Amino acid sequence: MADYQNIFTQVQVRGPAYAGVPIARGPWVRSNKPGFVHLLGRIGDAQVGPVYLGWLGLASLLCGFIAIEIIGLNMWASVNWDPIEFVRQLPWLALEPPPPAYGLSLPPLNEGGWWLLAGFFLTASILLWWLRVYRRARMLGMGTHIAWAFAAAIWLYLVLGFIRPIMMGSWGEAVPFGIFPHLDWTAAFSIRYGNLFYNPFHALSIVFLYGSTLLFAMHGATVLATTRYGAEHEVEQIVDRGTAFERGGLFWRWTMGFCATAESIHRWAWWFAVLTPITGGIGILLTGTVVDNWYLWAVKHGVAPPTPVAYPVLPDPASLIGGAQ
Amino acid sequence: MNDKTAWSNFWLGLGGAVAAVVGVGIVSTFEWPDTESVQTGYRGNGMVQVYNQVALANQVAQTQFPEPEPVDEPFGIPASEFYENVQVLGHLDIADFNRLMVAITSWVAPEEQGCLYCHAEGEELSSDSLYTKRVARRMITMNMTVNQEWDAHVGDTGVTCYTCHRGQPVPAEIWFADPGQWRGTGIVGNPAGQNIAAPAAGLASLPLDPFSPYLEAEPANIRVAGDTALPTGNRTSIKQTEWTYSLMMHMSTSLGVNCTFCHNSRSFSDWEQSPPQRTNAWHGLRMVSSLNETYLEPLQPEYPAIRLGPTGDAPKVNCATCHQGAYKPLYGYSMIGDYPSLAAYGPPEMQDPPMAMPAADGTGGEAAPATSQ
Repeated sequence: MADYQNIFTQVQVRGPAYAGVPIARGPWVRSNKPGFVHLLGRIGDAQVGPVYLGWLGLASLLCGFIAIEIIGLNMWASVNWDPIEFVRQLPWLALEPPPPAYGLSLPPLNEGGWWLLAGFFLTASILLWWLRVYRRARMLGMGTHIAWAFAAAIWLYLVLGFIRPIMMGSWGEAVPFGIFPHLDWTAAFSIRYGNLFYNPFHALSIVFLYGSTLLFAMHGATVLATTRYGAEHEVEQIVDRGTAFERGGLFWRWTMGFCATAESIHRWAWWFAVLTPITGGIGILLTGTVVDNWYLWAVKHGVAPPTPVAYPVLPDPASLIGGAQ
Repeated sequence: MNDKTAWSNFWLGLGGAVAAVVGVGIVSTFEWPDTESVQTGYRGNGMVQVYNQVALANQVAQTQFPEPEPVDEPFGIPASEFYENVQVLGHLDIADFNRLMVAITSWVAPEEQGCLYCHAEGEELSSDSLYTKRVARRMITMNMTVNQEWDAHVGDTGVTCYTCHRGQPVPAEIWFADPGQWRGTGIVGNPAGQNIAAPAAGLASLPLDPFSPYLEAEPANIRVAGDTALPTGNRTSIKQTEWTYSLMMHMSTSLGVNCTFCHNSRSFSDWEQSPPQRTNAWHGLRMVSSLNETYLEPLQPEYPAIRLGPTGDAPKVNCATCHQGAYKPLYGYSMIGDYPSLAAYGPPEMQDPPMAMPAADGTGGEAAPATSQ
């Protein structure tokens, strides 16, 4: 007999498509019909739709499409429109920001102008999508937590490509659009500014990133482990005795003496996730503007301890002959 | 089994097949983890060299280490008195001179041509009609320069023609200026000299030609990191850093070593924590740009077009020309002891014409400190 499982659910209970809660206003009231996909039902809800696109969604998709076209066509042109090279080299290809010599002025199209245009349309697309997320949540009478979590990620994106380049006075400081190129940029960024490892906000960001995965695993595991007692009905269980929720809470008090509540665990998770890009963005913003060499900064403040050197130390050869290389 | 289950079984099966193909691809293309880590510095600093045993063994097995030519009794007559037009080796005894000619033939000349690669058939040995001979003469002087003036880089190991040539008339690893075919002259698609898999930079998407700025006359500044905690006017950009990064990737792949061979990665720029190899490499970079400026580039008019680069420039040297994947060329196998005639210039008055030599007192043209490494 098929049984109910937490993932790859084999049993699918299917009734008529659910159009959702009634809403009071809005121009695009559920015109399209929901459908069902069996495979999606194995990993989630089998019902697909109704989708709400709206003007904000359409404008966002259009801007995103323009941005991706600018990036993709520039990449393709950079291999002389060779389709095979485009596929082979795709992870290496990029649309570069302008050379630093242009500062914040408008460069020619093929020397970073396309990068600025792509950045403009991508940013417009993201901000329009943020508005859409905010307005849909409001329309459903929800809180706006999702929109603000998304805003935290947008903050990091804007710091990298907009706010910090302006503070540094050069679009050339920004990140290229490209798979390997943006990773090389990241490594070069750390090398230029004396090792980002010693940037305390970078460290905080990693704490929240890894902390998020830990909290996610703890929370997900607790809910799955108590599903057999109906743990997915968290809210009703708060007021009852002997429930899945009480077992889960007791498990964590047994093992670490303290447990979150069904509500607070989600605040923990939300804040850990949101603080990852917020602290990361602060760390990036301080780099080059306030601190030029994070290693030396850490030495100055006693954060980086001296370690013994296991080989003979030779002086900087340039200091011996007065060179500057 | 209804239709929908059959369909989803089909899709699951298809997904499984794709996963199997990708899995085989990953297993067969990734490096087999037969690696050995050698700690080279204080614990916790990541001062480690990683070697792949199989790859290293193959690399060593493919390297030829030539036996020295037998040494003949000296004749007591310098080559300049016996042969015509001996410009840079005139001070050598004839026996020594002939032995060196035989060695150079086996190190450099194609087997089917032998002596005729440089000495034109049917002409006097003194004839300079072939470009190969004129270039070889400059190369011999360059070889002596490296051994005499760049002790700080080549140390007692020294170099011979074989260090670069390895039996080939043209060394395997040379470089030409980037012809810029990827620069994109139109209105779209300018990759800014990078963003294509760059062989010079270990196939990273870093700048394609790190050699032109750093390994020619008046090399650009390699140092990018700030030397104060807070900003004090270092305006080096991240893009410039990528050029330095590309050069460093070239050095790393040329020597078959990690960054930590020369740097303590907690602070790449700090000399107080760098292994002594970094000092050696510092001299090496200066040696390479000096050799390109003094010897390789000025030979441009001598070469036939087939030997020139896409922009018409002469072939030049970089780290890989000698190192060819080894932390020391030929894994430190020293040949200079067997060919002392290449270790230093002859007396200036024995040259034809007599050459104005830099100070031959061992301090070197750069007055740079000698190091043991």
